[in-house]
Amino acid sequence: MKVLVCVKQTFDTEAKIELKDGKISDAGINLIINPYDEVAVEGAIQLKEKGIASEVVVVSAGSDKAMDAIRTALAMGADRGILIKQDTGADEYARAVAIAEVIRSEDPNLVLAGHVAADDGSSQVPTRIAEILGWPHINVITSLEIADGKVRCSSEADGGSQVTEVKLPAVISCQVSWNEPRYPSMKGIMQAKKKPVATVDAVAVENKTRIIEYFLPQAKQAGVKVEGEPEECAAKLADFIKNTAKIEVKA
Amino acid sequence: MAGTWVFVEQRDGNVRKVTYEMISEAKKFGDEVCAVIFGKGIEGLAPQFAKYGADKVYVVEGDVFAQYNTGAFVAQMAAMIEEYKPNAVLFAHTFNGRDFASRLAQKLNAGLATDVIAAEISAGKGVFTRAIYAGKAFAKVEVTTQPILATVRAGVFEVKENPAAGEVIKPAVVATQANVYQNIIEFKPTVSARPELTEADVVVSGGRGCKGPEGIKLVEQLADLLGAAVGGSRAAIDSGWLGHEYQVGQTGKVVNPTLYIACGISGAIQHLAGMSSSKFITAINTDPEAPIFNVADFGVVGDLFKVIPVLCEELKK
Repeated sequence: MKVLVCVKQTFDTEAKIELKDGKISDAGINLIINPYDEVAVEGAIQLKEKGIASEVVVVSAGSDKAMDAIRTALAMGADRGILIKQDTGADEYARAVAIAEVIRSEDPNLVLAGHVAADDGSSQVPTRIAEILGWPHINVITSLEIADGKVRCSSEADGGSQVTEVKLPAVISCQVSWNEPRYPSMKGIMQAKKKPVATVDAVAVENKTRIIEYFLPQAKQAGVKVEGEPEECAAKLADFIKNTAKIEVKA
Repeated sequence: MAGTWVFVEQRDGNVRKVTYEMISEAKKFGDEVCAVIFGKGIEGLAPQFAKYGADKVYVVEGDVFAQYNTGAFVAQMAAMIEEYKPNAVLFAHTFNGRDFASRLAQKLNAGLATDVIAAEISAGKGVFTRAIYAGKAFAKVEVTTQPILATVRAGVFEVKENPAAGEVIKPAVVATQANVYQNIIEFKPTVSARPELTEADVVVSGGRGCKGPEGIKLVEQLADLLGAAVGGSRAAIDSGWLGHEYQVGQTGKVVNPTLYIACGISGAIQHLAGMSSSKFITAINTDPEAPIFNVADFGVVGDLFKVIPVLCEELKK
């Protein structure tokens, strides 16, 4: 069974965001695999280790810099990569179309991805890909089992969790609690350099959304800070909760 | 192309508050506001939407809609959009709402703005503000296709009663079992007396300073006194004291309650991203230099193991 994993390169989650010429500045920012996609890579590699997957292909759409994300996934244990060269201004629609095109030619049995990217927080691309391909999908999974041409997953749901089964081929997006991604070993990093990565151009399609502007939140002013006896501090905090925030205390 | 549609987020007839928030906000756009509800045995809910301003309520009843499944819901909604041509359709940014809106948007070859915190909708034009990098920055984005599609974050818009006609309309049911491709084997509701993190009015969170389950227990006691949801920083989740569904921050949930109480949380940028839009922020931390105090409206420099028990007593007074 062939598994294809979609990864996006994002800013380190500890990065401070700044604007330059009205755009998000990437100067001095450490770039990582989107943490949700990293979990998808780990999930795919585990399927290979269990003998369920025969090949793990990593796909990323973006600039040349996205090659680093692919190399990291290869160092973790994926077999080969495909970099889809695409303008970083592509929206969710354009990205989904570009990735789906590559998926069609690769014809995998299973597509894995993170359910959201830590940068734009859109949560759209995996579901859009499934629609383009006409495949079923399950989002925000926390476990996965494959049997009899079907995939069965637990997932987070509104107000609880659920177990859903769909037929393969399918697109599955994961929550970070699915697994604990491994660190690439030195051997893995060396091997990754020799693993093949193909580069293709993205299908040219127009965006369906337009960014008007970016802006930063207003800096919050620090308020009152009290130190001293716990009794006194707690009394002042209780007063703040009841009289300033106006929160009702349950009996 | 006319009318702002609000898709009703519900399970077993329990409507999420975000639905009323969306209806209240939609009234501001001046256009006709329509609630759209899919479900089984839900017709009786229609007057609830009229109370907040729904001029019309599209009621779609059927076994295939008994619980949310992408295939049937998308097929039905796409057919209704084709027939009634709304100007905009708003969904809640819940797990179901984003799943639904994303697949629908692609089926319609349309744009979609997810997790929006502000909306300006007029005929043929929709401009939305959304948080990016979990709130470290914001983007103003225009959806350039029709109908204008967006998912709305819970808790950002105010609920306002604004009675309207609420004329019930029953569209043709086109979705059938043949549209269903997800076999939902089981749904396990979270058994908790506490509100959900993303919808709670008060959130009490614990971090590394909780030192273990005993510290988390104190956080829970305080939360229960305030009818609050419990959350945690990444440190508390990674240490296994709380499940991932409780994580507040860039790789967890973004919350915006009236009051956020951070207990033993230093305030890493990862965490601040998930809670800094709270109306009031309070913090208890032993380190006077902790970054959490830079965003706290009221901070206590002290040991949570000493402060929380006294705080609980004070609150009960």
